Amino acid sequence: MLQFLVNPERFMAFSRWAAPLLGLIALGLAAAGLALDFQAPPDYQQGYTVHIMFIHVPAAFMSEFVYACLGVASFLSLIFRHALAAAAARAAAPLGTGFTALALITGSLWGRPTWGTWWVWDPRLTSVLVLFLFYVGYMALEGAIEDEAKAARAAAILALVGLINLPIVHYSVVWWNSLHQGSSLLRAGGPDMPAVYLAPLLLMVFAYMAGFGALWLVRIRGEVWRRRAAVAAMRAAG
Amino acid sequence: MFDFDAGRYAVFVWPAYAVTGLVFAVLILDSLLRARRWRRAAEAPKPEDPA
Repeated sequence: MLQFLVNPERFMAFSRWAAPLLGLIALGLAAAGLALDFQAPPDYQQGYTVHIMFIHVPAAFMSEFVYACLGVASFLSLIFRHALAAAAARAAAPLGTGFTALALITGSLWGRPTWGTWWVWDPRLTSVLVLFLFYVGYMALEGAIEDEAKAARAAAILALVGLINLPIVHYSVVWWNSLHQGSSLLRAGGPDMPAVYLAPLLLMVFAYMAGFGALWLVRIRGEVWRRRAAVAAMRAAG
Repeated sequence: MFDFDAGRYAVFVWPAYAVTGLVFAVLILDSLLRARRWRRAAEAPKPEDPA
């Protein structure tokens, strides 16, 4: 599949129909997830704040998932110097920043009524903030260097360094005594929650994933066109 | 059927949904407008192209 898509022409032909299809799948899944979300009863401990879980957990999951995509694309662009891999990395960063910002903001809005505080320097919260700073740093570094090839290389190295933070984010609730609850979705022995909450949560996770897939493809297509426009402008300038 | 009541937690629940909707709207619009702009730039007739 990867071999097939590294050809820009084939990628453009594939993404032309895949992006809108993934967008439609995301809309359908989100509609189903939200419909079940607002039929679920309030949690016996958290009350109605449980509704925040259906938008916070998928955003938190995506903040890590998108960074993993950014890391793989950066690795491929560094090793193979492939323009499409660099475009994929560059296209993933703003989306990951959005998901991580959402995880932090919705987490804060969930933390206030459940923990009694908007923010605490807890291992999970702090490592997600560091993840956010890696995304912002990646975009800032790429924008700060004029030579596009050098900028892509420097940003890719920073992205690979940031990969160290991913296991810290994921296992922070296991390794340290954290105010944040342990993982109830991706855990050994399977998810630990009633089906009435698990079904809408999984639907929302898949909706976010499909939405990311659609937007990622759209942004990579934009990057391909941007490079084509730059090449055409250079040729025109002689 | 649907229960949109968030009780005394409405002040936390609805802003969380509003921010999520806003961030998604920004990501979608930014992605589509960016792609459209570069597509137009890439497909614009070049000086050497016959009109």
